[in-house]
Amino acid sequence: MTICHKVGVAFAVVAALFIAGCGGSGDSGASKEVVLVTHDSFVIPKEVKAAFEQESGLTLKILQGGDAGEAVNRALLTKGNPQGDVLFGIDNNLLSRALDEDLFEPYEAEGLDRVDSTYVIEPGHRVTPIDHGDVCLNIDRKWFASRGIAPPTSLDDLTAPRYHKLLVVQNPATSTPGLAFMLASVARFGEDGWRDYWRRLRENGVLVVDGWEEAYTQRFSGAGGSKGKRPIVVSYATSPAAEVIFASRPVAQAPTAVVTESCFRQIELAGVLDGAKNVEGAHALLDFMLSEQFQAALPESMFVLPVRRGTPLPDAFRRYAVSPSAPLELSATEIGANRDRWIDEWTQTVLR
Amino acid sequence: MTRGWRIGAVLVPAAFVALFFAYPLVSIFGRGLTDGDGISLPMGTDSLLWFTIWQAALSTLLTLVAGLPLAWAIGRFRFRGRSTARALVLVPFVLPTVVVAAAFLEVLPDDYEGGIGTILVAHVFFNVAVVTRIVGGAWATIDPAAGEVAAVLGAGPWRRVREVTLPQLAPALSASAALTFLFCFTSFGVILILGGPGRATLETEIYNRAARQFDLQAAAMLSLLQLGAVAIVLAVASILEGRAGVAGKLAGERDVLRRPTARERVALVTVLSLAAVALALPLAVLVERSLGSFGALFRETPVLLVRPWQAAGYSIAFAAVATVIALLIGGLAAHALARRPPGALDGFVLLPLGASAVMLGFGFVIAFDSPPLDFRSSWWLVPVAQALVATPFVIRIVTPALRSIDPRLREVAATLGAPPSRAWREVDLPLTSRAFAAAAGFAFAISLGEFGATVFVARAEQPTLPVAIFRFLGRPGEQNQGTAAVLAVVLAAIAVGAALLAERAADGRAEVL
Repeated sequence: MTICHKVGVAFAVVAALFIAGCGGSGDSGASKEVVLVTHDSFVIPKEVKAAFEQESGLTLKILQGGDAGEAVNRALLTKGNPQGDVLFGIDNNLLSRALDEDLFEPYEAEGLDRVDSTYVIEPGHRVTPIDHGDVCLNIDRKWFASRGIAPPTSLDDLTAPRYHKLLVVQNPATSTPGLAFMLASVARFGEDGWRDYWRRLRENGVLVVDGWEEAYTQRFSGAGGSKGKRPIVVSYATSPAAEVIFASRPVAQAPTAVVTESCFRQIELAGVLDGAKNVEGAHALLDFMLSEQFQAALPESMFVLPVRRGTPLPDAFRRYAVSPSAPLELSATEIGANRDRWIDEWTQTVLR
Repeated sequence: MTRGWRIGAVLVPAAFVALFFAYPLVSIFGRGLTDGDGISLPMGTDSLLWFTIWQAALSTLLTLVAGLPLAWAIGRFRFRGRSTARALVLVPFVLPTVVVAAAFLEVLPDDYEGGIGTILVAHVFFNVAVVTRIVGGAWATIDPAAGEVAAVLGAGPWRRVREVTLPQLAPALSASAALTFLFCFTSFGVILILGGPGRATLETEIYNRAARQFDLQAAAMLSLLQLGAVAIVLAVASILEGRAGVAGKLAGERDVLRRPTARERVALVTVLSLAAVALALPLAVLVERSLGSFGALFRETPVLLVRPWQAAGYSIAFAAVATVIALLIGGLAAHALARRPPGALDGFVLLPLGASAVMLGFGFVIAFDSPPLDFRSSWWLVPVAQALVATPFVIRIVTPALRSIDPRLREVAATLGAPPSRAWREVDLPLTSRAFAAAAGFAFAISLGEFGATVFVARAEQPTLPVAIFRFLGRPGEQNQGTAAVLAVVLAAIAVGAALLAERAADGRAEVL
């Protein structure tokens, strides 16, 4: 071994110890930990996690991998011998297949009585609603104000000539909000009319990109720091609040606004995975996820809205986020049965 | 080398590949192919395959055209800032595609709706480092004596290039072309973001089927097709390489590099400044975006469980472990390979690069789910996944260098009574230290930038930089975008720093010669 090899190996050993050391518990005490399988966007404040661990006496381990679709697919692949005890992040667009394959064990979580019944979309309690993050059109307020043009107030408006080349959307085949927006059009115009709507959007110069990141941060003119030119984008009901909270300098007013009539309901759910090693821990975790503490932390950590009635909202969310009272909706069964066909038809209509 | 060593040199890498590559893939393919009814390729696969192949071939050609002048510059000449230039070309290579593609979009016109031109440019941007470093490194070890002899015998400059330089460069050219082709063939982020909606390659379609449509059967079939296509390309490339390659005498870099003449200096300055502008433009966008956000590195954020700077720590640590694994496994495999004449096997070591990251990730999850192989949630799967991508580079860079060692040197050492280990230390190592350093630099850079497989196995408490960047990019708000840019700049800085360190270490070793 040369000096340089020794240094290299020593470095690697230190690196390995560093990771292992910071990695926390590892595999010790498997019965005392509860494992949450979820998507990349999941995050909770440290103190909330600590509160759960103290209350329950369990260690909460979080396994993330890929977006919601990938997380659900992983869970389906490992059905019967799951990687964790609870899956969080499945939404109404992905739900039907998971239910068909009996991915979850039913459990009626404590605190479900405090949840508005519109969110309880699975009466058998195989999944529990945790939050809702509705997908809505966002507009650049300044763009419209400075030109004296009235911003759109509904999906129907977007085909008007005054909104020519102003809208940017995501490809439903590759993007979750893109899919939700396509579903919104199906919910609004029905099986017979939605393709025609997209034909007219196409004539009106809609720009389609593959991902939310590009649409919102690059093409949309209203996002902070963006050099984009299009003032209407598909994003979330909470995006204006995020623009205020994460502005580079304090702002008095959100630069963007939500088109309330355009919102499509997305509910995020959690369920006990079939074959979970720590079922009791899983139940405790689901109960905790409906607790006031967890629910109150949702907006600022994941930019979604709580489902528990009376959960106090942070100021920016109270003022700028929208919780639509009558969002566009489709049932999980309907989505499950038609989603792939609709995406194909959308592709034929809009991209070909 | 003793017999035990020789067997180990074959068995250890083979076991590694079997366990962490073949087994997970076979598991997921098996699941996929028994999942549906009947085995068939989805409709439209032919046009998908065709587009995948020709865009990769064209990208490779353009990358060679762009990379060769740079390889010439750093492979022939001694000039101030040479090692910095070598390290800097690595930057685009390590940056996550999402970041670079985003930077590209900023310099493109507003209503850009995707197109093949931008895909090609982005592929060149990403892979020019592969050509520059591999070919440049090889160029710097070609003994100038042969060219001088040819000149004395009356060969003109073109003939010298054609008959002396090119044959000796052939292994490096073919290796870098094969790697570039593979990266472009399996390109994912660039196609998605810059290709515009609906533009698909095999890799993006596999992802689409596996992760979005839950159509494992189609994903498995397409993956098999992709692996098959990659295997054919690799076999052809290595056969061509075997024909064209001529083992020349290896020289130390100190004897090869020289100061440029006045005319060469003009060419050199032109090449370097063009490269600097082309590589710097998208990066400048990034640096501009990052300004003013550096404080965010040390602040708590709702986006990550750790402070952003800690992701840099995890990245370095994981990449260091991955580099050591890749050097060990790749070094052993290279020793085994170098004993045989170049052939198809040289090409096949690149096969792991042809696998779809998402299928490998799913494979990990179902293959390692029960004792004795119960480690699908272990931290060390991250460096293992990274090493899987990095090891082929190590093998491809180190093997030609090992082959070109004159066997008589080892024989002399043996005659003089040196045991094999000592012969290795005093003959092989000094002569290949530059190749090992280049390989280490690459392995570290690749591990640092790896995203597709890492995101599948990374744990929330230990995000790597690309994973963290991806999370910040996925949030609205100017601060989050700024933090993503800062982390990308940090990532680039770490890659350059590591490459410079590797060079320094190699220089130290090479002095022994």
